[in-house]
Amino acid sequence: MIETLFFDALRSAVGPTAASYALLAVGLNLHFGYTGLLNFGQVGFMLVGAYGMAITVSVFGGPLWLGVIVGVLAAVVLSLLLGAPTLRLRADYLAITTIAAGEILRFLVRNTGSDALTGSVFGLRQFAGDFYALSPFPPGDYLGPLRFNANRLWVTLVGWGLVTLLSLLVWALMRSPWGRVLRSIREDEDAARSLGKNVFLFKMQSLILGGVIGAIGGMVFVLALQNLTPEMFLPQVTFFAFAIMILGGTGTVLGPTLGAVVFWFLLTGLQSGIRSVVDSGAIPGVAGGQAVGAVSLIAVGLLLMVLMIRRPQGVLGNREELRLDVS
Amino acid sequence: MVSSSVPSCSVRSTRTAISTVVPTLAAALLASVAVALALALSLGASPASAQDAATTEESIGGRLAFEGEAVAGVTIVVASTDGSATFETVTDADGAWLVVLPGPGTYRVELQVATLPEGIGLRDPERSSLELRVFENSTSAAIFALGEPQEVESDLLRRILQGTLNGLKFGLIIGMTSIGLSLIFGTTGLVNFAHGDLVTVGAFLAFLLNVTLGLHLLIAAPLAVIGGAVIAGALDRGIWRPLRARQTGLIAMLVVSIGLAFVLRHVVLLFLGGSRQSYMDFTLQSALDIGLVRVQPVELWVMGLSVAMLVAVGLMLTRTRLGKSMRAVADNRDLAASSGIDVQRVILSVWVLGGALTAVGGVFLGMIESVDYLMGFRLLLLMFAGVILGGLGSAYGAMLGGLVVGLVSEVSTVWFSSQIKYVWALGVLILILLFRPQGLLGRRERFG
Repeated sequence: MIETLFFDALRSAVGPTAASYALLAVGLNLHFGYTGLLNFGQVGFMLVGAYGMAITVSVFGGPLWLGVIVGVLAAVVLSLLLGAPTLRLRADYLAITTIAAGEILRFLVRNTGSDALTGSVFGLRQFAGDFYALSPFPPGDYLGPLRFNANRLWVTLVGWGLVTLLSLLVWALMRSPWGRVLRSIREDEDAARSLGKNVFLFKMQSLILGGVIGAIGGMVFVLALQNLTPEMFLPQVTFFAFAIMILGGTGTVLGPTLGAVVFWFLLTGLQSGIRSVVDSGAIPGVAGGQAVGAVSLIAVGLLLMVLMIRRPQGVLGNREELRLDVS
Repeated sequence: MVSSSVPSCSVRSTRTAISTVVPTLAAALLASVAVALALALSLGASPASAQDAATTEESIGGRLAFEGEAVAGVTIVVASTDGSATFETVTDADGAWLVVLPGPGTYRVELQVATLPEGIGLRDPERSSLELRVFENSTSAAIFALGEPQEVESDLLRRILQGTLNGLKFGLIIGMTSIGLSLIFGTTGLVNFAHGDLVTVGAFLAFLLNVTLGLHLLIAAPLAVIGGAVIAGALDRGIWRPLRARQTGLIAMLVVSIGLAFVLRHVVLLFLGGSRQSYMDFTLQSALDIGLVRVQPVELWVMGLSVAMLVAVGLMLTRTRLGKSMRAVADNRDLAASSGIDVQRVILSVWVLGGALTAVGGVFLGMIESVDYLMGFRLLLLMFAGVILGGLGSAYGAMLGGLVVGLVSEVSTVWFSSQIKYVWALGVLILILLFRPQGLLGRRERFG
């Protein structure tokens, strides 16, 4: 039993969902870890990326590459819309606006009025064909006890490939003068401004780049599932990404990757564990599915609190570098 | 003037309504009983307590009728609320329809209004989609009351007034719950993302006392408010004061409040379950026709009490020593401390007051709508909009902003779909940040 639990957890920790959350966290890390922008609506970027791609392909019959471009552009537009009113204000205004924007977007896509475009509550399907047609793997079982089929293996490889690529990009950017300006903004915005840097512009660039990375995460997420519905974009997605980023180490290059693997290993392990306990009937009167969801989300909340209080720098982070405050 | 009273849950007008709805209701119930019987027979009369999940059957069905005549050819779409499955069906010659579901759970049933025959509409155009909970081995009846299509033009004034009334009702609750959020920000600088979930906790405590323990709501509600105040005070003493003492950064505290919100919300989920619940008392009241609008007595009480509480809080803040020190600390913490005010004590009382007010708001919201584990989170976004509109840190701003946000979202339903009513309120938030980030009553240096 322990063995199935372990492989369940491992299967999820290396799977495409973990990869998409790692992407969300890479974007969030650029926002929060390096620039000090408090983006509580990363799920909104994920949503516009996923819907942008899926609508282009499944409603208008466009090719996949066009869908990806549309998704990325949508994320750029969203960053401009959110950033313009809030990036000149205190950090918490951005937090409130982004969390609200994520919910606005979800209300809008699930609204009956947008049925023709987004499929409202029923969502969209049939947009992943082109993607899986590119897969070089013949059908079959892969990775031994993890039992990945060919499609899952393909999307997993692409997902983690993107994580590697974009993490490298962030690493290179952070070594550049541009990255040093971002970090100086995080440390002391006024100091950066007094050196003649256009703080607003740098923050906006960071918001756009991190948002685009989040949108790419959204695309990988829905490509792996081969469908999308508004309920995939609940606000909790952002907070999972936050937990992942903080767990791995805020403001580090490998943090999001490490965090995603550890987080999904723990979360899936916990969920399978609770499920097997509940199914065995050890706790009377607790309904299975509900309890699994509720307890694991309570655990995520506690994780977020304890990490932030006890070890805000995460597993890899450097406490000295990270003294964030509202400025 | 009170002219008539009918059950408010499904119908709008007097005799004609009853005469068409009763047959519809009866027909739907009959249909569902018949369906259930047929199901039981087709399953070989399997025992009701079948242990094996594979043999259970759940379904949703109903019958559409207009003035006693069956309405055929109407498309009905049933979707599970997690979006994992959708089913479509068309009513048959008897107006009946049935969808067999994969399992128990919450489903959204939507009547495609466009497929209704000419001259027939929904009695309440807002109710084209229903959310139903389907239990194991049972058939739920989805009842759509049909009637003459409404003439929108002549109704406009009535709908605007009704929207305004609903907006006031909702806005008063937003204002009341926002006071704590705004004062906590003013005194400690913390944007408390767990504030919405304090609303949920208040409503949930009242639910526990009222439904689980069987106390009357008039007793349960004050106890829940005390509970809410105690919990909020305990959170300040147990979490926030130690964090302040360690000089934890505000952003770190913000993330902690998000984690706390998660914990509170899902503890409620664990005990309450995922569906909407209501209290035992004051439900299904007959609505009164007052002039052009309709309102239930309980809603009038809620509104009256909300106004009374807002006035009381306003007086408390201006007239009492504690209220004055709260405003002093919110205004300038260091100055307040140096003039001899015990800042930590004032902060604790702000939390207790805020906790009590959010619990009251939660109970009120549970009375006029329903109790569910996400109610507070949904409200939180509107509270943010209200607080920023009014000016972060100002208690009066919170009241005013809450009212405006409530009005905007409810009045928008006169012209736009009620599914996106919150979008307008949140749109106001973004506009105010663009043009007057300090809010209507806030002072400029607050947002610096």
